[in-house]
Amino acid sequence: MAEFTHPRTRIARPANDGPLAIEVQDLNLWYGKFQALFEVDLQIKSGIVTALIGPSGCGKSTLLRSCNRINERLGYVTTTGMIRVLGHDIYAPEASRIQVRRQVGMVFQRPNPLPLPIRDNVLFGYRLHHAGRSSRGEEDALVESALREVLLWDRVKDRLHQKATTLSLEEQQKLCIARLLPTKPTVLLMDEPCSALDPAATAAVEDLIWDLRGNYSILIVTHNMAQARRASDECVFMLMGRVVEHSATEDMFVAPQRRETSDYIEGRFG
Amino acid sequence: MTSDPNKDSAGPPPKPASPQPASPGPLPLRHAGHHEWATALDHRDRTWWFDCIARLAVLGGGLSAILFIGAIFVFIASQGIDFALHHLNWLDFLFGKRWEPTVEPPEYGALPLIMGTCWITGVAMIIAVPLAFGAAIYIGEFARGRQREWLKILIELLAAIPSVVWGVIGLQVMKPIIQHVFGVQVGLNVLNAGIILGLMAAPIITTIAEDALKAVPETYREAAEALGASRWQVIWKVVLPHARPGLSAAVLLGIGRAFGETIAVLMASGHRLMIPESVFDSAATITATIAAELGEAAHGSEHYQVLFVLGLLLFGITFGINLTADWIVRGRRSRA
Repeated sequence: MAEFTHPRTRIARPANDGPLAIEVQDLNLWYGKFQALFEVDLQIKSGIVTALIGPSGCGKSTLLRSCNRINERLGYVTTTGMIRVLGHDIYAPEASRIQVRRQVGMVFQRPNPLPLPIRDNVLFGYRLHHAGRSSRGEEDALVESALREVLLWDRVKDRLHQKATTLSLEEQQKLCIARLLPTKPTVLLMDEPCSALDPAATAAVEDLIWDLRGNYSILIVTHNMAQARRASDECVFMLMGRVVEHSATEDMFVAPQRRETSDYIEGRFG
Repeated sequence: MTSDPNKDSAGPPPKPASPQPASPGPLPLRHAGHHEWATALDHRDRTWWFDCIARLAVLGGGLSAILFIGAIFVFIASQGIDFALHHLNWLDFLFGKRWEPTVEPPEYGALPLIMGTCWITGVAMIIAVPLAFGAAIYIGEFARGRQREWLKILIELLAAIPSVVWGVIGLQVMKPIIQHVFGVQVGLNVLNAGIILGLMAAPIITTIAEDALKAVPETYREAAEALGASRWQVIWKVVLPHARPGLSAAVLLGIGRAFGETIAVLMASGHRLMIPESVFDSAATITATIAAELGEAAHGSEHYQVLFVLGLLLFGITFGINLTADWIVRGRRSRA
């Protein structure tokens, strides 16, 4: 593995100079004394699905969790470098974590709806950010549009007051996506959103993610090569805390630029 | 039983489980390993016997709890049941305003005691619940690492202070403070006893409430924070609602503690056998009355027996409170 220890990221700015959803510059991150990310530079374009792939422990979840600063929950995380979301430095001293999380929604590995009725789950984020009370009608409209967007409305419209934890895992994960939408985020982070789901549910959630593309910039961590291949526009391959390769998905799977990438994709390690 | 010869070589030579077959001196290690493996097939070695005995001892400990609670109940009931069923007028007992067991004719109206207990417990809870919940939230949600451990130890220490010490604090410290601050004549009153009891019950409530907060899955907090909730919003909107059954149980157990406390209340309440009308009135509780009067009541007399009826009443109330607390906690588990 010694040959892998100094891969440097050399990625030209993407050819089409669209606005960047996320721009990571020289990001280093430590858990206590353990360094998990090394000099990460990355540009995630808006409106597309970008997949983060790599073996366990390569730092892809850590990178993802840095993008909405949820990593800081742990209390022993040190970060240097910069992450810009739509041009705003989210680690700037004046940046508020709460505003960051409104812009950058997150879906977790295991569906984690709150133990509240479905309706309250969808409105949870909205109510936090929306000062003052909104009318029932407004809230109803928000709930309906969010649930329609994740294709859940017809299945749950008659039981909005039932606890969200009674739904199936697939429905729960869709609900977890739906509850991000009322605060109108621009970026959605997904940390292996399908790993707790069966194949049919995985397909359904993947389809949904693909549908949301365009309206949102989606960064998705996945262990599943096939998933990265069929459900992403661009791929980022990480290894041991560094970004090794970042290219269009078809290029990465057809003609990887670096040996580590092809070894991983072909299943020679990881 | 390990059969790994390398492991054996690390420590002193293993002691055989049964006398070794005639073999001069210590066996080579490889042999020792083989030997243990062979005897391990006979499962009745020392560990097996130890397990058996330990299991019986622990079972005995468990059964003794049932035995003791049963025996105590039977004893209290046997002393008071005859009087309670045949001679006592329950209406007068529960609603009579005069507790005069030693005058002729005696009056056994327990209402002043019941009301005294309720007043003091009420004041105690008003003081204990905010303190304890505050402490539990701080320990459970904000304190980290060493600070958290220290706080937990301190709170457990607080729970370990003997109740007579609390009584002395009521008598010597709280009494003049209350007299001075509120300008009242009597410093031993409902307020004094309530404060003392509140401080006594707070550690228990804190400990149980903190457990309840800890039982809220971390994923809920993470989910709410990722949706943009501040620390306090997470606590207020997610953690506390979810922990509510556990928190209610904590309060109930605190009430049970306050109900049953005797000596500290006896010392701090002023022990006046009348229904209190404000927190500055002295009052008497059921427990303090039993403690104060049982010694002077002639064995087997009416007075003696009616004190046992009071005991039964107390037993019933605390039993009910504990069962309710248990039911709340269990109910939520089986639903979850």
